[in-house]
Amino acid sequence: MTEALVDIRNLNVRFHGARTVHAVNGLDLSLKPGEVLTILGESGSGKSVTLKALLRLLPEKRTAISGAMTVDGIDVMSLKGRALADYRGGTTSMIFQEPMLALDPVYTIGEQIAEAVCRHKGISRSAGMDVALDMLKKVRIPSPERRLKNYPHEMSGGMRQRAMIALALSCRPKLLLADEPTTALDATVQIQVLLLLRELQKEFGMGIIFVTHDIGVAVEISDRIAVMYAGTLIETGTTREIIRDARHPYTRGLLAANLHDVTPGTRLEAIPGAPPALDARPTACSFAPRCPEAGPVCSAALPPVLTPGAGRRVVCVPKADRFAGATSAAPAVNA
Amino acid sequence: MADTVVDPRPDRGGPAQPLVIAKSLKRHFTISKGLFGMKASAVRAVDDVSFTVEKGETLGIVGESGCGKSTTARILVGLTPIDSGDLIFDGEQLGGDLTLKDLWAGVQMVFQDSYASLNPRLTIEDTIAFGPRMRGTSTDDARALAHELLTRVGLAPERFAGRYPHELSGGQRQRVNIARSLAIRPRLVILDEAVSALDKSVEAQVLNLLTDLKAEFGLTYVFISHDLNVVRYISDRIMVMYLGEVVEIGPVEKIWQRRAHPYTAALFAAMPSMDPDDRTEVPPLAGDPPNPIDPPSGCRFHTRCAFAEPMCGTARPTAMPVAGDADHMAACHMLDPASGHSRAAARIAELAA
Repeated sequence: MTEALVDIRNLNVRFHGARTVHAVNGLDLSLKPGEVLTILGESGSGKSVTLKALLRLLPEKRTAISGAMTVDGIDVMSLKGRALADYRGGTTSMIFQEPMLALDPVYTIGEQIAEAVCRHKGISRSAGMDVALDMLKKVRIPSPERRLKNYPHEMSGGMRQRAMIALALSCRPKLLLADEPTTALDATVQIQVLLLLRELQKEFGMGIIFVTHDIGVAVEISDRIAVMYAGTLIETGTTREIIRDARHPYTRGLLAANLHDVTPGTRLEAIPGAPPALDARPTACSFAPRCPEAGPVCSAALPPVLTPGAGRRVVCVPKADRFAGATSAAPAVNA
Repeated sequence: MADTVVDPRPDRGGPAQPLVIAKSLKRHFTISKGLFGMKASAVRAVDDVSFTVEKGETLGIVGESGCGKSTTARILVGLTPIDSGDLIFDGEQLGGDLTLKDLWAGVQMVFQDSYASLNPRLTIEDTIAFGPRMRGTSTDDARALAHELLTRVGLAPERFAGRYPHELSGGQRQRVNIARSLAIRPRLVILDEAVSALDKSVEAQVLNLLTDLKAEFGLTYVFISHDLNVVRYISDRIMVMYLGEVVEIGPVEKIWQRRAHPYTAALFAAMPSMDPDDRTEVPPLAGDPPNPIDPPSGCRFHTRCAFAEPMCGTARPTAMPVAGDADHMAACHMLDPASGHSRAAARIAELAA
């Protein structure tokens, strides 16, 4: 078995403040080199928090993180100072939803890319500008020589997103974290950026963890999909397995709510209710109150982790056991 | 429903009379550049847009940013004045027999941002009761009406009536906005990306609610969204806009089968595939939509169209029936046998097949 590029074990993230928020609970996740994984989830599911934890971007004073995270053999939890700065942008890099907020408005695109390359690779400024030009060509920005001297506000939304991808990939990271990078784009631009990312991933061979709430986008970009709900990873599998054979009732509900191939005029099978508040660590299945198939066992204890296949993970009480008599938390079983 | 509380605006023209007729609507926003505001140029947000909304139907409007769909919506509610053109609501012309106040009594709008569109200092009960009270309903009756509407949108009044907007989730706030829009018994409700900000699981609940309310209150909807799956589900007809113009309009299933305008085809092809074994390989369009300030001449889509010929950059196409069907119109030179486009004959034959 090849060494995993990313290995997250039992990650817990809590935010302190006026009230405590249990944003991520007991998350286990691994990513092979060159693999594209999508974390799919709704707002508040903890998908963006997981990404930010991987880059150590969460405010330290107000966040309690526990667990283990390794990226390319680096222990992310223990990084400090210079080593952390080398890791960010060097080994792991990130793109965001809003390039206008992520890019610096007072420097040109070329200067921003060159600065990152000079800092990480220790090369001269002019060599850095050459890399920047090369990167703008790679992300297919038209007339790259001219765009190098543009400020972010002089570019269109799609172009800015390409520029941010160029910046993120300029130091050839082994892992790219993408937090809804196409959500703010128009439909015809979104598909261009998705296909570009797919191509660049093949060319550079990096691993990508992509976060989105849009199943269609996940299908276009990913090899594997991990579904999160209320801070917990509830199902993992290949894209085919999740789309064709979703096992968790929440995943099935999300697929139905996508409205793909729904006959107009028929009643939608909506998931009732709303996601739970996250002010306590869950002691039972968080989805049970909204789940059409839940039984008393589901609300009594944390659900077991089922492994119906290699690399497949479903956190759900097996159907046969949901109405069983008073049982304690079932151990992990193979279904 | 307490019918006596607020009288709905009566139907005038009967079912055959379209609820809204929009004729050559124009709305340009001038922006001044340079010293002393000289060298003014204009955002042609809505440029010669004509369409009708039939009574009881849902008209879906789709298009990318800058295509004028939200400006069209704001014109229909009277939030944005028109530079030229006619807006006729159930047979009465705005500015003629119909005053803005009359229009507001018949048309309401639900916006995308559920938080920004509610007054943070009013309880949701007061928010919903505000419209009827301004129209002369007594405070007690208006409150009773607010409670009825809250029940109707699935928020129990005893739990929710006294809450403030920040105490509700996004889905709950959008339900309040829908209840508020119904409080003065409008006949037309404009839903401008009203479900776009909601999570998918909540979106389905709100779409079911909208369907129920439409039947119960005899409403007509104009539904604006960038999500084609949602638009297909809820609409009877759809209108595709590009840079301030209507490029295609027709019954939803007809457009789904025959995408007559190249832009409509590209927009549909840009939808992410839901099949992992049949992912999109080639993007249907290159580049971003052009800036609506000084848009391209002739056919505005010619700069991104794969079939563009020199004539497309000079002559503006007129809307033509697709396959001889006057319900389904598209504005493309390839559909006009007299346009001189070299593919016109072949394209017309292809669509008629």
